[in-house]
Formats: sequence, C-alpha cells, structure tokens
Amino acid sequence: MAVVAVLVRKPLEQVTVREAINQGMDEELERDEKVFLLGEEVAQYDGAYKVSRGLWKKYGDKRIIDTPISEMGFAGIAVGAAMAGLRPICEFMTFNFSMQAIDQVINSAAKTYYMSGGLQSVPIVFRGPNGASAGVAAQHSQCFAAWYGHCPGLKVVSPWSSEDAKGLIKSAIRDNNPVVVLENELMYGVPFELPSEAQSKDFLIPIGKAKIERQGTHVTIVAHSRPVGHCLEAATVLSKEGIECEVINLRTIRPMDIETIEGSVMKTNHLVTVEGGWPQFGVGAEICARIMEGPAFNFLDAPAVRVTGADVPMPYAKILEDNSVPQVKDIIFAIKKTLNI
Amino acid sequence: MKKMLTAAVSRVLSGVTQKPASRVLVASCKYSNNATFEIKKCDLYRLEEGPPVTTVLTREDGLKYYKMMQTIRRMELKADQLYKQKFIRGFCHLCDGQEACCVGLEAGINPTDHVITSYRAHGLSYTRGLTVRSILAELTGRRAGCAKGKGGSMHMYAKNFYGGNGIVGAQGPLGAGVALACKYKGNNEVCLTLYGDGAANQGQISEAYNMAALWNLPCIFICENNRYGMGTSVDRAAASTDYYKRGNFIPGLRVDGMDILCVREATKFAADYCRSGKGPILMELLTYRYHGHSMSDPGISYRTREEIQSVRSKSDPIMLLKDKW
Repeated sequence: MAVVAVLVRKPLEQVTVREAINQGMDEELERDEKVFLLGEEVAQYDGAYKVSRGLWKKYGDKRIIDTPISEMGFAGIAVGAAMAGLRPICEFMTFNFSMQAIDQVINSAAKTYYMSGGLQSVPIVFRGPNGASAGVAAQHSQCFAAWYGHCPGLKVVSPWSSEDAKGLIKSAIRDNNPVVVLENELMYGVPFELPSEAQSKDFLIPIGKAKIERQGTHVTIVAHSRPVGHCLEAATVLSKEGIECEVINLRTIRPMDIETIEGSVMKTNHLVTVEGGWPQFGVGAEICARIMEGPAFNFLDAPAVRVTGADVPMPYAKILEDNSVPQVKDIIFAIKKTLNI
Repeated sequence: MKKMLTAAVSRVLSGVTQKPASRVLVASCKYSNNATFEIKKCDLYRLEEGPPVTTVLTREDGLKYYKMMQTIRRMELKADQLYKQKFIRGFCHLCDGQEACCVGLEAGINPTDHVITSYRAHGLSYTRGLTVRSILAELTGRRAGCAKGKGGSMHMYAKNFYGGNGIVGAQGPLGAGVALACKYKGNNEVCLTLYGDGAANQGQISEAYNMAALWNLPCIFICENNRYGMGTSVDRAAASTDYYKRGNFIPGLRVDGMDILCVREATKFAADYCRSGKGPILMELLTYRYHGHSMSDPGISYRTREEIQSVRSKSDPIMLLKDKW
C-alpha cells in the first residue's frame, strides 16, 4: 500500500489590524505581569474603537484601567508607574488628545533616561489612532508623526498592515524606552493575511527597520501607515504602463531606516515620499534632507517629490476632505512628474 | 520645652563635630538618651484625629537630623557661592530655610518608600541618599555628578527618588503613578509627591487628586507652602490659600514646616494612613525659603528684608532643633 504524504498548506489567517493589535496586547499582557493598559473607555466599553475588546473581561480591573477624561493626569500617572517599574500601555483615544498630555510624553518620558545619566528608564507605550479619519474635521484629524518623530528619547512607529501592527506593538511593549505607536482608525477594520510566523507569540518586528513591500526598478516610493496601501495601488496601475515602482513601508518613523531608502534610491534613481500629514517640517521633508546628506544624492536623476496632506486644517465636506489627503491619483501624478513623463 | 540635659552637655553637643576629645567628657556624664517634646497641633481637614502632639526625640536622631540639616544648609550656601563664581550655570533653586521639610519627611518614611519633588530638589536629593559630592559635581556639570553632568540642578535621581522635575506640577501625576505601582505590586510602600504653593494651582494636580482618590492610591500629596510662587505671593495666586483643603475630597493636614519634629510626626501619620489602604492624603507644610525663587532672583522685590530676617531669627529650622537641647 502506498503511503501518500500529503502536504497540507495551512491557509493564511485573515486578521484585521484591530484584531492584530488586540492579539499583540493580549499576548504581552499574558507574558508579563507588569504590563497593563490604561486610557479612556479601554476597559468596560471594550475600547472606543474596540481595539481592546475582551481584555478587561480576561484581565480585570487591576490590569485594564478606565480613566477619567484627564489626559495630562493619566499620561503622567502612566509615566510615573513606568518609572517605578511597571510597563504601562497608555492609550490616547486619538493622538489629537495627546496634545493635552504632550508635556508628560516629551518632558517626563522621552527625556528622562538621558537627563538622569542612564539611571531612570521609562518603559512605556503610548498608542492610539493618528491622522485623518472620515468626516471628523479639523480638531480630530491631525497627524503627529512629525511632532513625535522630532524628539530624541522617543521611538515612534507607524504600522500599516496587520503584521506590522502586531509585530510593532509587541516590540514596543517589550522595549525599555518610551515608544509612540501611531495607529490609523481607517485601517482598523482592514483584513490582511497574517503569515504563519506572525501567529507565534514571540513574533516581533524590529523597531527601526523598514520593509520593501514591492520590488521595483524605476522609482522608490516611501510611505508610512495607510498611504502605503495607496502606493501599492498606484504601483499596480503604473505597472500596466511599464513603470515598476519600489514601495517601501517605513514602519518606523524614529529611528528612521534611511539605509533601506538609500539602497533603493541608488537602484532606482528616483524618489517620491508619501504621507498623510502636513507638508512643512514633515516626514517627507526629513527623508529628502537625509537623502541629500548621504551617498544616495548622487544617484538621483531628478529632485525628490513629496506627496502630503494639504496644508490646511482638515475640512469637513467630503469633497474637500478627499482632496486634503493623498489619493492614488496624486501619487501617480508625483511619480510621473519625477520620471518626467 | 523640657530641658533634661545639663548645660555642660549642650556645650559639648554643639562642639561635638570639632572636638573628639570632648566625647570622653560626654561619656562620663549622666544624661538621658532621649527627650519628650510638645509639638504644635496640626490643622485638620476631613480627619477626626491628627498626628500626636508630643513626640520622643532620641539623642541619636537629634544629632542625625541636626547634622543633615546643617549639611544641606551649607551645601545650598556653597551652591550659591559656586553659582556666583559661574561654576554652576542655568537654573539653581535653593532650599535653605526649608531643611526641616526634607529631613523631617525622610525621618517619617522608610528608604523603601518613594519620593518625587519639584526643581527645588537639592535637599531631598541629599536625604534620599545622594552624596554632597555627587550633587555638587552634578551642579558643576562634572562626570562624577549623579546624572553624569547631563541633568543639572533640576534632574537628579536616586533609588526610589524620581527627581528633580523642571516642569511645574508635572510631578503631581508622576507621583500618583508611582503610588499606583506601589499598590499594583502590593508592597505596602507609599509615594511622597511634593509640589509648591505655585504648582498647587496647576490643573494636572487636580487631575492627580481625582485619580488618586478614585483608585485609592497610597500617595501623600505634600504642598510645600513657602508663601511665594516665584515672585507671586499666595494671596495673589490662589482663590483659596488653605492648600491642605484643596484636595477637596482628600483629607488634609496643615503642618508647621519649620519644626522638624512636627514634620516627622505628620509624615508618619500620613504614611500610616496611606498604608492602611484609606487612599491618598494631603499635607501642607508651612515653610520659608531664604533665597529668592532661583539664583537669578534676589528675592527682595516681592518681599521685605525685614520679613526674611524675622523668619530667620524666630523660626529658623536648625535653630529650632538646636534650641530643643
């Protein structure tokens, strides 16, 4: 009788970004007693955006803490708890509200390890949705990548896919430094295939390493968070015209993986950066400056082009809002501009 | 005050640091090892009982407190001199006049408890275990400084001491967070969270009060009321200057911050309160700083020299302890 060995390929799990962050936090809460989550509505409401669904039921009041609406107060409490040896995850309902607490993030968390001469570490994670949502208007749509990316002492990550979200939140929680995790509300419900290694409880994505999502030869496109998806769409469209785009998912804002970008630019000779935030003093501006300072500058055949959110407070009307964030057509336009097509 | 020691012994005590030979004289005298003193009753808010009105001071403790306060006084005066000689740069906030607060607080808690304070931190940095050498080295930007010269006057850290904080009031929530960690770990430790009369008007202090009370955190909020927030006197800054009542739903006590025994007993009382799981408590220490807000402030444009001199001659904390003997 012939024994037939059948290799069964396990189907890749479809997991939304929301579920991925939930899984990541759940695994880290289980792994280390010192990890706990605090923020508005994170416990009994299951999270304002349901990211922490089920965690309070599983871990209880001690580890999943609902706070009053006191950002400055509870961010400071989280930082103090981190200084005293716990590993808090401090959720801001959106990063717009983090402005109320930004002194605690920067002056109490980010700078302390340095100011203390290495004596006092602050192993804290600040996380929450960042950037534009849909129809929430000016005060609820700001991108903070540039603001937090500016500060020494902070690590800043910006996941796009479910794999990114899970691996980066786990790395952030295990990191002994303050880490800002800029999620995206519009991505929470988007499903991705989670590769098998990402299903392991020790799956980590290193902070400070970008990922080349798509190989290409004609132009390098660098993006973070939701715009990565738009870049891949633009690449698909342009591929039919014979233009092959290399799409880089930054994953980490600070420390930025400039080496991966340089390596790509030295191959493609063209650079386009894409971000949801405002243009001035932004992520794209930083990438362009660093490319000029490094070896890749001599490989550029044309000036780099930035695609950014419009330089206005986010409007409410849909037609205005749609045109205030980078769209696929804007990315295609920028690529063709730099390729002089 | 009861004086149970002979005049000869008190002469010897004051010279004890300089003349080792006199220790022989001390050993042959008959004297008591401790003395009982009456201390001022604290004003109470939402408390049925307060700290005791009498306390026992042992000879050993008396000498220890005296030496610590004198060390802090001299260290601060030296920092003044070094600042004027430009060896210390930037901000330098001195706490001479407030020695009974830092030494008294330390006497009321254990080394395993936690302390966090504002930028006027040199005294507490010392009582929490940093050496004078490491403090002065830090102030002068040297590698031997407690923060390797990278922090300066306002950013000195030690075990169970979380600085030294430059942003007024930020230490309020931070201290409540340290207290949360104590409760989380179940280690029966408390956190002393100090801030000044100026910082008491920061919104984040009220946020910290709310969460500390809501979650029953073992946090002792301590308002060091030295009557002036930089150049603004308390009645020009606060609608209510009863800082010990400002915790609203948090019980409070107002303490004579110039009498080290008062501070010690109040701190012990407050620490016991917190350790028994009753939640946070608020202490207002009435104290005074001889120097201006910082070295850039002469300290006489918003108060009179007579006022400073009056406090120095009537309520100096080191003199008050010395007079007990």
